[in-house]
Amino acid sequence: MATITTEDVSHVANLARLEFNEEETKDFTEQLSRILDYIGKLNELETDDVHPTSHIHPLQNITKPDIVKTSLPRDQVLANAPEAEEGYFGVPRVIDTD
Amino acid sequence: MSLYQLTAHELHDKLKAREITAVELTESVYERIEEVETQVKGYLTLTKEIALEQANAADVGFQNGDDMPPLAGIPIAIKDVICTKGVRTTCASKILSNFVPPYDATIMTKLYKQGVVMVGKTNMDEFAMGSSTENSAYQITHNPWDLDTIPGGSSGGSAAVVAADTAICSLGSDTGGSIRQPAALCGVVGMKPTYGRISRYGLIAFASSLDQIGPFTKDVTDCALVLNALCGKDEMDSTSVDVPVPDFTQSLIDDIQGMKIGVPEEYFTEGLDAEVADKVQDAIAKLESLGASIEEISLPHTDYAIATYYIIAPAEASANLARYDGVRYGYRTEEPEDLINMYKKTRSEGFGEEVKRRIMLGTFALSAGYQDAYYRKAQKARTLIKSDFDAAFEKVDVIATPTSPTPAFKIGERTADPLQMYLCDVMTTPASHAGLPGISIPCGLVKSGLPVGLQLLAAPFNEEALFRVAYTYEKNTEHHLLKPQISNVNDK
Repeated sequence: MATITTEDVSHVANLARLEFNEEETKDFTEQLSRILDYIGKLNELETDDVHPTSHIHPLQNITKPDIVKTSLPRDQVLANAPEAEEGYFGVPRVIDTD
Repeated sequence: MSLYQLTAHELHDKLKAREITAVELTESVYERIEEVETQVKGYLTLTKEIALEQANAADVGFQNGDDMPPLAGIPIAIKDVICTKGVRTTCASKILSNFVPPYDATIMTKLYKQGVVMVGKTNMDEFAMGSSTENSAYQITHNPWDLDTIPGGSSGGSAAVVAADTAICSLGSDTGGSIRQPAALCGVVGMKPTYGRISRYGLIAFASSLDQIGPFTKDVTDCALVLNALCGKDEMDSTSVDVPVPDFTQSLIDDIQGMKIGVPEEYFTEGLDAEVADKVQDAIAKLESLGASIEEISLPHTDYAIATYYIIAPAEASANLARYDGVRYGYRTEEPEDLINMYKKTRSEGFGEEVKRRIMLGTFALSAGYQDAYYRKAQKARTLIKSDFDAAFEKVDVIATPTSPTPAFKIGERTADPLQMYLCDVMTTPASHAGLPGISIPCGLVKSGLPVGLQLLAAPFNEEALFRVAYTYEKNTEHHLLKPQISNVNDK
């Protein structure tokens, strides 16, 4: 398995929408390397003919009837929002207007 | 004896005979909280006003001579990972510090229907990630048996409040051992039912293929009563399974004659504390003397369970925790530059270190180029671990092991090294991968006075076998009757 570098950590942090300063990046690199080293023991296992288990019950794409039901009232849903306006969640401007 | 010290089934008899009222009982529990909660720190939120209303309602039923359910009027504490309508639910995270759920988890609706009294919400490792409850963003919970030690985790608050008698029973959640391990370390009964037994609707998700809700209680009878109230298929959780739910109290039988109990050699190796090993071996000998036949078995992939767990659980967590972005609920950073910057700052400021570590680990394991080497490999290892158990349960009814390799350790002892903390779960993660039901019951104290837990595991949906063995053990021993002497930290 791979060794992990500070560049990897910065790349993964961006994917996970997290950001770290230099020291944190260094700490995470060391810690994740040690953990991945330990996890490397899985390579001792011969798994070519083994099926992966994603779930212990034999469940596949469960659907339910497409029937309209009452959902939570809008004001209750928006009550937890950091910013809400005119019945919508508010976020910083996404589209440039220049 | 004070009311707060009794079990739910003892209290139910008194309530039904109208020797006591639910309000008296609730007041008794809050008096106990007044006495010891500043030392134990098991609760994040107390809900006394709601509790007294619920107690009053239960009393009306008892006074009318209604046929009241076994948990009516019983004070119960809820891990702060379970959504409670109108009551703040934080997951012990800063990112949910102001979250008030607009709906109840399915199991809360079921408990309210029984007429329970909610005492409060308990402390935990942030997002249930940890084995000591030290990862809470709010406070450290202390083990009532020795206030300098951790209560285990992640459901440390729920285990500690039952051990400290500041609740009659409680609920936790178990992903890799988060009910069984703290139950062992706090000397109480804790059960993780079969994956799919109990609806996860309203349980804030950590690792969806592993998470399961379960009870902490003072004895095995109470465990069966609480489990009875929680089980069943729920249309709001498509992974809950439509299987018959037995009345688990029917399995409280003091007889294990002819039952086969397997003891896996892989659980008694280096790393297991000698005193813990002794106590567990004593318990196994006791089960043999009570009529069970003990068989040595092998679960050859046990040693790979932690590595497998620390790929699968963080991978699922990294996806589940993507929802905390500062838009719909919870914490949002101040004055973000733009949308992406808002996501990053919100998440980096709102999540604690361990949660970030697991999101990073999981994101890495799922990222382009690494998915087959890590995530896929772990899913295959999971199959091998599960196959070990399938083969074992062809031969035995129940498997007996230690719950935790050590008794409770000192606060701060393992926080510096994440990997050391992960190894706490070595006895509990294998069964999680296979979705098995497991129970931890008290089986004595080590010389320093800390409790040891015996873990019993059974095939999926065979909780009945666990109850039978656990009940028989409890009926013929007195370990579950021991109570901690909670002494003030300052007196030590």
